[in-house]
Amino acid sequence: MSDGQSAGGAKVEARAIVAGHGDFASGLVSAVDVITGRGAQLIPVAVPGLCAEDIEKLIRERMVESGVKVIFTDLQAGSCTMAARRILRGADDAVLIAGVNLPTLLDFVFAEQMAPVDAARHSAERGRAAITVAGAAGGVKHA
Amino acid sequence: MTLVLNRIDDRLIHGQVVVGWGQPLDVRFILLVDDGVAASEWEQELYRMGAPPEMDVYFLNVSAAIDELPRYRADSRHGILLTGDIGTMRRLVEEAGISTINLGGIHHRAGRTQRLRYVFLNEDEETALRELAARGVAITAQDVPGARPIPLDDILSGVAR
Repeated sequence: MSDGQSAGGAKVEARAIVAGHGDFASGLVSAVDVITGRGAQLIPVAVPGLCAEDIEKLIRERMVESGVKVIFTDLQAGSCTMAARRILRGADDAVLIAGVNLPTLLDFVFAEQMAPVDAARHSAERGRAAITVAGAAGGVKHA
Repeated sequence: MTLVLNRIDDRLIHGQVVVGWGQPLDVRFILLVDDGVAASEWEQELYRMGAPPEMDVYFLNVSAAIDELPRYRADSRHGILLTGDIGTMRRLVEEAGISTINLGGIHHRAGRTQRLRYVFLNEDEETALRELAARGVAITAQDVPGARPIPLDDILSGVAR
């Protein structure tokens, strides 16, 4: 896998791609780095102005370069998600998590003892459970 | 007529279509016209997964769409007609009476020139759009509902860049 550099300067192995609309990926990875210093585990991918074929090509190239087997995307219907589904078609050693949020990625970057694909599945559950609703109905509810 | 948008978008079903347009227009079905997708169950499943459960997606090749468009126009629900390229929409204009076109996303490809952030066209595509406009088709570019619709003349003249 490729090496990135953490906020503290240590070499960090890239473990996943984060892709989405606008600056979603870089923003989310930046937030992970601010909170944990582990943002270098994540490769942000933005796709402004690209057609579907070029989005697929870009994400595929990042996967090949880095050797990662995990893709996080922002939206179930998004172009990056569509591209990732095409890339992962028939692949049983890689995983796509669509609808990623910050709690998902925070859990993922701390799960270094797990294989990235397993860590991704685990983090998806944590991210789902981390959505809460608080307000007029009283109390705090998990969405 | 309940087709509320006739859109050319090479990404086909994606966030702008499903969420950006779909929610404010209360869209309940997408009519995706593409010969390649209509011939592939795997492609259809891929795009169906991108739509929310309350939104139906129908896949037709161009010939079938020409025959069946009246039925979808008579549907009481709001729908989006979606093609991935200008040539497909052109056939629907010529043979099924489409009178308005939304250019939603025609992205960079070799031989194309950038006209807007999300519209790139080659000479043949520009000619095709001019010919459609000359037939009276109203053509504007607008990626999302909150954006200003940009008339074809402004796109091709470079005023809109």
